[in-house]
Amino acid sequence: MSVVSLAELSPSRHDFATQLRTHGLALPPLAIDTLQVNITKLCNQACRHCHVDASPARTERLSRAGVEKCLEILAAHPQIRTLDLTGGAPELHPDFDEFVERAVALGRHVMVRHNLTVQFDGHPGTGEQKQYLPEFFAKNRVEVISSLPYYQEYFTDAQRGDGVFQKSLEGIRRLNAQGYGIDGSGLLLNLVYNPVGPYLPPPQAALEADYKRELQTKFGLMFNGLFTITNMPINRFRLHLEKRGQYDAYMDKLLAAFNPAAAQGVMCRNLVSVDHNGEIFDCDFNQQLGMRVFGPQKAATIFDFDFDALLRRDIRWGSHCLGCSAGAGSSCGGATA
Amino acid sequence: MSGYYQSEDLAKFGNIGQHGKLLADDFFKYYGDAVGSDGALTRREKALIALAVAHSEKCPYCIDAYTTACLENGSNPEQMMEAVHVAAAMKAGITLVHSVQMQNQLKKLVL
Repeated sequence: MSVVSLAELSPSRHDFATQLRTHGLALPPLAIDTLQVNITKLCNQACRHCHVDASPARTERLSRAGVEKCLEILAAHPQIRTLDLTGGAPELHPDFDEFVERAVALGRHVMVRHNLTVQFDGHPGTGEQKQYLPEFFAKNRVEVISSLPYYQEYFTDAQRGDGVFQKSLEGIRRLNAQGYGIDGSGLLLNLVYNPVGPYLPPPQAALEADYKRELQTKFGLMFNGLFTITNMPINRFRLHLEKRGQYDAYMDKLLAAFNPAAAQGVMCRNLVSVDHNGEIFDCDFNQQLGMRVFGPQKAATIFDFDFDALLRRDIRWGSHCLGCSAGAGSSCGGATA
Repeated sequence: MSGYYQSEDLAKFGNIGQHGKLLADDFFKYYGDAVGSDGALTRREKALIALAVAHSEKCPYCIDAYTTACLENGSNPEQMMEAVHVAAAMKAGITLVHSVQMQNQLKKLVL
């Protein structure tokens, strides 16, 4: 491939749908086995790459009625086996604990995107303590998925803020003490790597081996798996790229690394994503971009949830989708190819 | 990077075939096989070697490209810096080992 040929193309060259046509791919939804709910944009951190633009200043959150409706949807649709709670820091939502407990009571697998530091920082507005979380997670056998951008302090703190690495290690230590990441416990702790800048993640298996060796030998910490995730060129990360004049080069990189096998594994084929208003989107990224699932004129919400219509939908693509199809692929569960 | 070398020119590397396509094609195949594929050495190891060579040869394009390649292949900053020290130590050693030639010559000159 000639790199220069990409640079000379029109500004619309970063088009995911064109890539699908070029490779003869159609990507209809396969299932809705996961309900991913972004229950709050409030976060104790303000990470430089965050596609949600979450921070301690955000106030958006799912209403009590929205939580109830999600639980109704889970009760009525056994096909949706997993509830994936994200944010912000989802634990800062006032109904978080009850949401988890009732979803577990419905027999659902519950995943929580837990940033580790919220255990110590607590609620940035009220100061409410969150140190009970490891025990709460273990009691409900929640799968914990935690960002740790690197096994060293330099990259982690550069991305997530000073002191985050040490605090994250302590958070993992407390999860390990509950059995998380320990063989035979059945309590899953998966870590998430994402690059600290405009480059692609290393191969997942090799990096997981590095993380395990380094975290175990240097800090005595354990975890189950490592998910490598590509930074999405939207919102805060996009602004950062544009400020540094790196946006086009990053998009060229994603385009050049388009992998049809990774494209076929994109997560939006198996889940729907719910925002703090109860509106439904193809994925968390489309949600942040306001790309409505049935097009600009028609919102789909949890309050008029139609499983069959959602399963028949045409997934909406944008240039950011190149982030999920580059190299080994990227999803909320890591590499896809 | 400024002056004679321009960062965006790295993307024009593919253009070296403009006036000699066959040789360029041969080179890029060889380059891809030797540097960009796992073999007896992993791509991670090869990227670190390439980073060291990039420094010893003082190629700004290669330094940019292989800093990224090292990160994308899972090297950490300490490993990358150590690779550059290997290049630097080799350069110093190569200079110093030539003092043997100087000493040989000295012996010839001294009565």
